[in-house]
Formats: sequence, C-alpha cells, structure tokens
Amino acid sequence: MKTCGCCIYISLEYILIYVDAAVFFHIRRLIMAFISLFEVIGPNMVGPSSSHTAGAASMALLARKLFPGEIRKVDFTLYGSFAKTYRGHGTDRALMGGMLGFETDDLRIRDSLSLAEKAGIAFTFTTSEETDGIHPNTADMDIEGTKGEKLFVRGESLGGGKVKIVKLNNISVDFTGEYSTLIVSQTDKPGVVAHITKVLSEAGVNIAFMRLFREEKGAAAYTVVESDEKIPEDIPEKIKENPLVSDIMLVQL
Amino acid sequence: MDFNHGTELLKLCEKEKLPISQVMKKREADFSGITQEEVEEKMKKALEIMKESARKPLKDPVPSIGGLIGGEAKKLKEYQEKGRSVCGGLMSKAITYAMAVLEVNASMGVIVAAPTAGSAGVVPGVLLALQEEYDLSDEEIIKGLYTAGAVGYLLMRNASVAGAEAGCQAEVGAASAMAAAAVVEVMGGTPAMCLHAASGALANLLGLVCDPIGGLVEAPCQNRNSVGAANAMICAQQALAGITQVIPFDQMAEAMYHVGRSLPFELRESALGGCAQTPAACARVCEIFSANLPSIS
Repeated sequence: MKTCGCCIYISLEYILIYVDAAVFFHIRRLIMAFISLFEVIGPNMVGPSSSHTAGAASMALLARKLFPGEIRKVDFTLYGSFAKTYRGHGTDRALMGGMLGFETDDLRIRDSLSLAEKAGIAFTFTTSEETDGIHPNTADMDIEGTKGEKLFVRGESLGGGKVKIVKLNNISVDFTGEYSTLIVSQTDKPGVVAHITKVLSEAGVNIAFMRLFREEKGAAAYTVVESDEKIPEDIPEKIKENPLVSDIMLVQL
Repeated sequence: MDFNHGTELLKLCEKEKLPISQVMKKREADFSGITQEEVEEKMKKALEIMKESARKPLKDPVPSIGGLIGGEAKKLKEYQEKGRSVCGGLMSKAITYAMAVLEVNASMGVIVAAPTAGSAGVVPGVLLALQEEYDLSDEEIIKGLYTAGAVGYLLMRNASVAGAEAGCQAEVGAASAMAAAAVVEVMGGTPAMCLHAASGALANLLGLVCDPIGGLVEAPCQNRNSVGAANAMICAQQALAGITQVIPFDQMAEAMYHVGRSLPFELRESALGGCAQTPAACARVCEIFSANLPSIS
C-alpha cells in the first residue's frame, strides 16, 4: 500500500488522538472512582439540603454559564421531590441564585428572588406531576435573553450536591460540569467531529470525555467534550470555521 | 497513596508510620492534583465556616424555613450557664454546637456538609467543643477533620451516607463515626483505636431511620445531630480507654449498609413513616404547607 507523507502524518495524528483518548478514558475511570476528601467534608453550602438546595444552585449556575446572553426571563418547572418540597428546601431561591451566578456557598441565594426582580429578570415556578422517566429531583430551566436568545436546560440533582445536565433544547445530553466542557451545536453530518478533534489536538487539549448527542440522523446534534484542564478561549472561534457548526458553549473549570 | 477499606488504611498507617489524618491528606493531594498546602487551605476554610455556623445561633437565633426549629442552641447554652448541667461542660458544648449548625442549615445559612447537610452538626460540634475544652490549636482540629474525612470516605465508598438510601444511620451514624475517630486521633489515640471508635459509633446508631417531618431537614434531624455528637464522644472515650470492638470497622460499615437497604421506603427520607407520620407531625406539616412561606416573594 502506498501512502504519501501527509497521509502518514494524518494517520499518526489519529493514532495519537486514539491513544490519547484511551489513556484518558482510563484516567477518567480512575478519577470517577475517586472520592475527594472535600466531597466528605463539604460541599460548603447554603442549607438546608445538598440535593434540594446546593444541587439546585449548581445546576442553575451551569445553565447560566451555558447561556451566552443577558437573561430577561426564566421559567422553571420542578418535578418529583423538587415539586413537592421546593419551598421548605429553598429550591426556588437556589435555582434563581444559580441563574444569577451565585456559587453554592453564596449567602445571596437567600435573597435571590428579590435580587432577580431588582435586576429586571422575570421568573416563574411551575410544578409538574409528570414522573415517567424523570429523576425525582429534576428542574427544567427555560431561559430567554434580552435579545430574544433562547435556551432550554434540564438538570438532575443526584445527591450530595452532584448534578448533571440531561437535556439541552430538544436533545438529550449527559454532562456534569465537573470538567471544562465544550458543547458544539452542529448539523449531524460527516466531518464535524473530525474537525473538532483536529482543532483540539492542534491546541494540545487533552480530551477526558467526548460524546455526540443527536435528535435524529442528519438533524441537529451536540458534541460534548470534557477536559481536565482549561480549554483555550480561541477554540470556539476555530471550531466555528466549519459551516456545519452553528453555535458553541464553553464552561470552564 | 490510596486505600479502599479500613484494613488497608491501618496497614498504610503502619507502613508509613503516619496517623490517619496524614494518610488522608496525602491521598487527597496525590489524586486531586493540588498540593498538600492547598488541601490544608481548603480545610482551613471549611473549619472557618464550621466555627461560624456553630456559634452564630448562640447569639442570633433564626427560625428555620419550615418553622419547626430555631433557638434551641441558645436555650442549651443559657441552661448550661445556670450551673446545673446534666451533661457536663464538654458534652453540653458539643450538643449545643451540633444543634446550632442545624439551625443555620435550616435557615439557609452557610454550612459544611459533613458528610451531608442533615448531619452537618456532629463533626464540628464535637471537635469545636474539644478545642475549647483542651485549648487546642486549629491545626490539631484540622487533623481531626482529615481523620473524619477518611472514615466518611470509606463509608461513602463501601456503604452509603444518604438518608434516602440507607436511613439516618447512614447520615448521623456516619457523621458520628467520623467524629468519634477524629476525637481519638486528636486526643492521641492510635489509628486502630480510631477505627474501633468509628465501628462502635456505627453499631450504636444501627437501624436509625430517616423520617424528617414534612420532608424538611429540621426535626428530628436537629436532635439527632446532638445524639450523634454525644455518641461520638462516648465511643471515643471507650476506644481511648483501650476498649476494643468485636466487629471491625469494615464489617460494621457493611452491616450498616445492609440494614439501611432493608429499611422500608417509608423510613428512608420519604416523610411517609416514623416521626413524620405521627398525628402531631402531620398537623404541623398541614400548618406549614398552608402558610405562605417566605420562599415565594
């Protein structure tokens, strides 16, 4: 088989990406098994509940970081135990606090509803009886920006303050925000993922985890890339050079 | 350096000639990619929050969101000051602080979950009381926090620290085991003694159900934090006196987990059984949920 120089180079690149991914998948498994001292003595948080208060604040903060614009309005829908006990656990204030950018131990969470009003952010809280396929501690966050931008985020609070995002707009996803996370909104067509990995490998970013989520074949899709370190700020622009990429969200560690 | 069970932890301590606290601190630095100094800084921050949350309600009590608790720690302190203490100085302080932290937690103040928010009073309650009584430095108390962290980590890994999964024995029980081990190390006991104390603390609270009134982290959670604190001190004293437990820590953790998993759903944080289903509790809950709570402004 004849191979030209640049093909060898490209295949080497791919082998490197492959080895990189394999090594980091292994390390990620180790990391996932690792329970930090500060998960035991911590988190530092506004009470009263790590799942219903700290978790709620974390998922909303994550949603806030995913939303590019200035928030005009947020409609929250609460499910399961969140729906039943949100008042007594301050879940509503925690969610709004996260939306305002407060960390779990920020006392301003207490007054987040009035702070939101002062900031001119409208909000509603609705409870839902729906339970099918929904984790007991789930919240939907329907965010609208001052320029008409929209983002729908569904979060789950898994206990002990841990959370994950399970839906972005209409697409089921799965990421935690415990890593630097890059979310590429794209059309599900060949070449986009290769373009993303190329940009990342050229910038020397170690991929800890990478997955593609899509609505259906050929439709809208998200590539979610998680990294143990900060993702360089110029990465989104470079990835956007591919015309099939419509939008990029970046949450730094 | 890493360990997955109590037996491995003791072997590591013996091999490295280190107390549990040092092993746990090294483990954190090894695996989380930060230096031991940074670990220490984070722990200092946690201790500061613990101090604030244990002491503030003694001066400024605040009612909880649900209104079931508020002001208990101040009452305990005032009674203690009358000089007719039933529990004695050290234990009085420990239960006072433990209850105080839960007041802060239930009024949306800042606390350190240890291992959970609902059991956050036990570890600071015991360690801060000990610090005052024996005039110990923050560094010594922080050693206790590492030891507590080691025990809590083992329980998180090999059993559970979630009330919804394994009952209050997994929350306050775990916190009590953590605090017991911490006291033993701070008071100069060996790593083996630490785990005897932890095992005893788990055994004493085995079977304790999670039955929060109205599903709120208020009552009986707050009282149980004081029980967890008192239990930790009893077990620490026993271990320091040389009393050993028949059941090693690892087996006790497993037993706790099995008991927890066999608890019915009603007794695992669902507010459908135990204290939560008494007529008095139900009446209060109706009151709470029909009232216009401050959370909606």
